[in-house]
Amino acid sequence: MPQTHDALFRSLADPTRRAIFERLCRKGEQTVGALTGHAGVSQPAVSKHLAQLKRAGLVRDRQDGRQTHYAAQIAALAPLIDWTSQMTGFWESKFDALENLLKRMDQ
Amino acid sequence: MTSTATETKTVVVEREIPHPPAKIWRAITTPHLIEEWLMKNDFAPKLDHHFKLSGDWGHADCKVLKIEPDCLLSYTWDAMGLKSVVTLTLTPKGSGTHLRVEQAGFPKEAARAWAGAQYGWTSFLEKLEQVSARA
Repeated sequence: MPQTHDALFRSLADPTRRAIFERLCRKGEQTVGALTGHAGVSQPAVSKHLAQLKRAGLVRDRQDGRQTHYAAQIAALAPLIDWTSQMTGFWESKFDALENLLKRMDQ
Repeated sequence: MTSTATETKTVVVEREIPHPPAKIWRAITTPHLIEEWLMKNDFAPKLDHHFKLSGDWGHADCKVLKIEPDCLLSYTWDAMGLKSVVTLTLTPKGSGTHLRVEQAGFPKEAARAWAGAQYGWTSFLEKLEQVSARA
């Protein structure tokens, strides 16, 4: 797994962080306050998740007076949207399932 | 033919599996077994048989192109208006099997659009979690 993929996977492996990122993808730019209302965790926790997403290049922030607005950087996912790696991952996981099935089958 | 019009993408995944080809052949050609590892289906091991593979993202329309028991199975795979061909090849290796799948034929640019549209962000990110759990 290439380094860039590792960082992206790690950033998105946490369900709360992923939900924040998905919300930014769907709704566009949001403030920490708006995100906190939907995240089900405290504002400091949301800020921490946003900082991690920012380090992975998945969000960017914009200061507007006292408010910080966050936006998803979907382009950061580009290396993962490549069809070849998608389908390779698809078949790898299907082969895992096939091997599990073969273990359960009679000769 | 120009190369840009016909440029396609091919995916190959290979694996050594510690089970004989005949057993793997059963798993890839028996509908209730196919469902357990691949997708819901109405497959039948007959040349030119039309069948559907159904997943949570939608379905692929398929047609059996080649069938050589214990050796090779090839079928078309049309999903979201894009056509490809899936070929599964089984080669005996010691007491096990070298299993190879090749999926070929998507035009390059269309494939990129298809991947984004088909998976959508939500299911795509769910897949990421599964992949990262394995990594």
